[in-house]
Amino acid sequence: MASLPAPAPAPAPASADAGSIAGLAERLRKAVGVGRVLTDHAQLRTYECDGLTNFRVTPAVVVLAESRQHVIDTVRLCAKAGVPFVARGSGTGLSGGALPVAEGVLLVLSRMRALRPVDPDNARVVVEPGVINLWVTRDASPHDLAYAPDPSSQLVCSIGGNVAENAGGAHCLKYGFTVNHVLGAEVVLPDGSVVHLGGTAPEHPGYDLLGAFIGSEGTLGVATSLTLRLVRVPEAVQTMLVGFHSVEDAGGTVSDIIAAGIVPAAIEMMDALAIEAAEAAVHCGYPAGAVAVLVIELDGPQVEVDAQFAQVERIALARSAFETRIAQDAAERALMWKGRKSAFAAVGRISPAYFVQDGVIPRTQLPQVLSEIGRMADAAGLRVANVFHAGDGNLHPLVLFDDAVEGQAHDAEELAGAILDLCISSGGSITGEHGVGAEKRTKMAVQFTPEDLDTMQLVRCAFDPDGIANPGKIFPTPRLCGERPGPRTGEHPVQAAGLGEVF
Amino acid sequence: MSARPQPRSTAAPDAPPQGAPGASRGTVPVEGSAADLSPGAATGSQRATDQAAAEAVGARRPLDLGQGGPVAASAAAATVGAAAGTGTVELGLPGLSASMFPAFDEHHPPDAALVADCVHCGFCLPTCPTYVLWGEEMDSPRGRIDLMRQGLEGDALEPSAVRHLDQCLGCMACVTACPSGVQYDKLIEATRSQLERRVQRPRAERLMREAIFRLFPYPRRLRAVRGPLWAYQVSGLGGVLRRIGVLDKLPAGLQAMESLAPKLSKAAKLPERTPAQGTKRRTVGLLSGCVQGAFFPDVNAATVRVLAAEGCEVVVPRAQGCCGALSAHAGREREALAFAKRVIATFEQAGVDTVVVNAAGCGSNLKEYAHQLRDEAGWAERAERLAAKVRDITELLDELGPVAARHPLPMTVAYQDACHLAHAQGVRDQPRHVLRGIPGVELAELVEAEICCGSAGTYNLLNPEPARELGERKARAVLASGADIMVTANPGCWMHVATSLARLGERIPVVHTVQVLDASIRGIPVRQLLMTALEGPGTTLARPSASLR
Repeated sequence: MASLPAPAPAPAPASADAGSIAGLAERLRKAVGVGRVLTDHAQLRTYECDGLTNFRVTPAVVVLAESRQHVIDTVRLCAKAGVPFVARGSGTGLSGGALPVAEGVLLVLSRMRALRPVDPDNARVVVEPGVINLWVTRDASPHDLAYAPDPSSQLVCSIGGNVAENAGGAHCLKYGFTVNHVLGAEVVLPDGSVVHLGGTAPEHPGYDLLGAFIGSEGTLGVATSLTLRLVRVPEAVQTMLVGFHSVEDAGGTVSDIIAAGIVPAAIEMMDALAIEAAEAAVHCGYPAGAVAVLVIELDGPQVEVDAQFAQVERIALARSAFETRIAQDAAERALMWKGRKSAFAAVGRISPAYFVQDGVIPRTQLPQVLSEIGRMADAAGLRVANVFHAGDGNLHPLVLFDDAVEGQAHDAEELAGAILDLCISSGGSITGEHGVGAEKRTKMAVQFTPEDLDTMQLVRCAFDPDGIANPGKIFPTPRLCGERPGPRTGEHPVQAAGLGEVF
Repeated sequence: MSARPQPRSTAAPDAPPQGAPGASRGTVPVEGSAADLSPGAATGSQRATDQAAAEAVGARRPLDLGQGGPVAASAAAATVGAAAGTGTVELGLPGLSASMFPAFDEHHPPDAALVADCVHCGFCLPTCPTYVLWGEEMDSPRGRIDLMRQGLEGDALEPSAVRHLDQCLGCMACVTACPSGVQYDKLIEATRSQLERRVQRPRAERLMREAIFRLFPYPRRLRAVRGPLWAYQVSGLGGVLRRIGVLDKLPAGLQAMESLAPKLSKAAKLPERTPAQGTKRRTVGLLSGCVQGAFFPDVNAATVRVLAAEGCEVVVPRAQGCCGALSAHAGREREALAFAKRVIATFEQAGVDTVVVNAAGCGSNLKEYAHQLRDEAGWAERAERLAAKVRDITELLDELGPVAARHPLPMTVAYQDACHLAHAQGVRDQPRHVLRGIPGVELAELVEAEICCGSAGTYNLLNPEPARELGERKARAVLASGADIMVTANPGCWMHVATSLARLGERIPVVHTVQVLDASIRGIPVRQLLMTALEGPGTTLARPSASLR
């Protein structure tokens, strides 16, 4: 990831603001305990960014919540003081969704990591937001169950963060995103009230507020408990690694497989540069000389998997696949996946710095878009490694650059942005799974009309009229929700902090 | 000081609000979660992706991943410092009061380029013992790198930052887990040296550190305390002192030292040269170590016998001193360099093909000599040459392959990965190969195998509270494995886990890897091995701890 020079820490405001924050910190200490509230500058700075390091803001206060009551107390005290808060899980997000607000509170949920026992008969489990994604499958696996969404960071990222960003993963192609696997949530709304969205049944009447909440990037409230749906582990899982001499052939194979009516559990693609990085990091033994590889996984009943596997092999061969390797056991399968799952961070081994981009294109456009990205990269004099969930057209171009070279970071940022524009013009979207966060909010205006965005704002304002829940994210221009009836003195705190304008 | 975790509230996360704000932790116990199942329990057909993810942090299976659940009792003190009057568990040593500017001086500050390698992905978090205990960023590898970066960018080094850097165990599990190849080992070592040289620590802490480093790196001094320690142990004086409450009044670090002292046996002197049996395959020099040599002489004796049986001529140079591991890992750079030079000179003179080490911490330190002595005129190359010859005993045995016949030892072994072997040296498979090569030996893998037991060199003396919490986690994992015996490759882990087991009111036999092989080669019956390992040298005296009374 980019390591742009961090901006100097903001000077402490000399106004009454500072006083009110100090007062709030004291009230928070009384409410949740001295050992759970941080105001020490060195400590605060370790929370200044999540997995996206080129945006950094030092929060005024960090609260390390250990219980739902701590969350409720913190949100209520923030609401009362009109101070913005940002919820954060494991801090692995790649769009700056948990970027703190300078005069706000960062509400850290990583200590809320309790899982209740798995309910195998109903195939569900109740967890706290700080629980790590992979722990759910760990606890479910003795019952032959699994939690389907599997972002590449699944051993670190929290369920709360997955819900905020509607996280995906390699297996979303067949199983769907986080939104398809959360049955219910207890949510603390930005005014501190506690509501239950969804429940334990598969469907609920009325507005799908849970659906609106999932993927809202922390702008509608903070989840304190989540009921997750578990899926039965399939009878058979088969994984193959296919090597190609051209990116176009690999992309074409993906389209052909889907067009043939096969829904693989996953189709992942990596290009030569990404392969090089993964090999350097984990020695995964990918086919030598491959310009692109596909990791294709089929799962389901054994007979179906066997039949489809043969079909996939034929399709790949027709697209000039030069090597097809079938995992013979769990260890080989694990190695194939290890290369893919570590690819992002592994790129750090072949480049001093890089931007991770996340965009979506229609699957059928894969070969053309990939060629175009290659052409754009050449024109910019930069390298782009491609790692992506090819099955659903979710691209993760990694723009490599050297931050020691003057201006290269800027060029890389421009190129990453241009790739997103290309995604939109190809009929796709600016994010597949990383979220909009702080990073892509300006691109929202490209993808949506002002009317579209205003409608989204109406939803946000219904939940958070004061705009204190994760302000400055998602929307291109931060706006407030208009004055409500009732007494109000002085300037709106969010406006005063320079975070928004009255809307 | 209470160390046992209190039973948590059993309220469900979706239960109505309870009690005063913050009064209840409101978290749920993890009963019935998979980690409570025996590792042999059916895990269904796990997804290959999960397996791959687990391996990325060094865990062998998804089930082995660091457990969730409430934060440790020491969390508040670790997070904001004991001085803040948190009313919770104290960490045992007073904190600092002044900040330091500039954070680092010119002599080997943490390398900014290595700091920049960290992409903040967080893959290190679940494998970091202090993050597992406390769940906060400052006590995680990437958080500590942030603290270093702040210093390099011109921030003063705050007392809080010093505390969080001190709280790192240096277990290097993060180095195994990091997909970007961040060399955290070099970063923390450089930082520790800076802190050690420049931070003015409170008097009590200074005295404690001095006491440790005047005793442990000196085999002769350690041997000198064997007599009084043995007398103390057989006289039952410890029990009397504990009953009248004297031990409880000692500083936490000294209490930890008292409780860790292993049961002693007679130490036979190692011959300076032992001929190979059968065809000679190699000449090896043995680093006899300080704690290993003084408190675990049987391990060295077994190492010599096994090496000879496998066709090695074994040289044990008399003049060797401490290798400097404890000093280097604690940032006492000058002391460490002096020790290193002596070891290099000694083994150069010994004229050996390979330098064998049977203590994980020492082995990892010897392999680091080239880096440590990089700026020492006339030494850099010599250090590099020596470091290239260093092998852990299991590495060498695996490399050579067996020639001596193995007799069966039908037993289940819980192999405990020592961090300085598994993470710092990347030696994980070789000890398992060596053990599996013995007929009858079944390996039981521990849950959370990649998480440090809390011993970590001098950590359990300087940070007794988190060390105790980690030790009990490891002891529980060992017990849950259902193994007949625990096997380890490091004296520190041995003493610490055995002490933790004793605190839980449990004992199980503990031996070094090489002792198992020695017993197999000599045809010692399994019953005898287990009895000796339970009662014999090195095994911590089983006794109720103060906190259990």
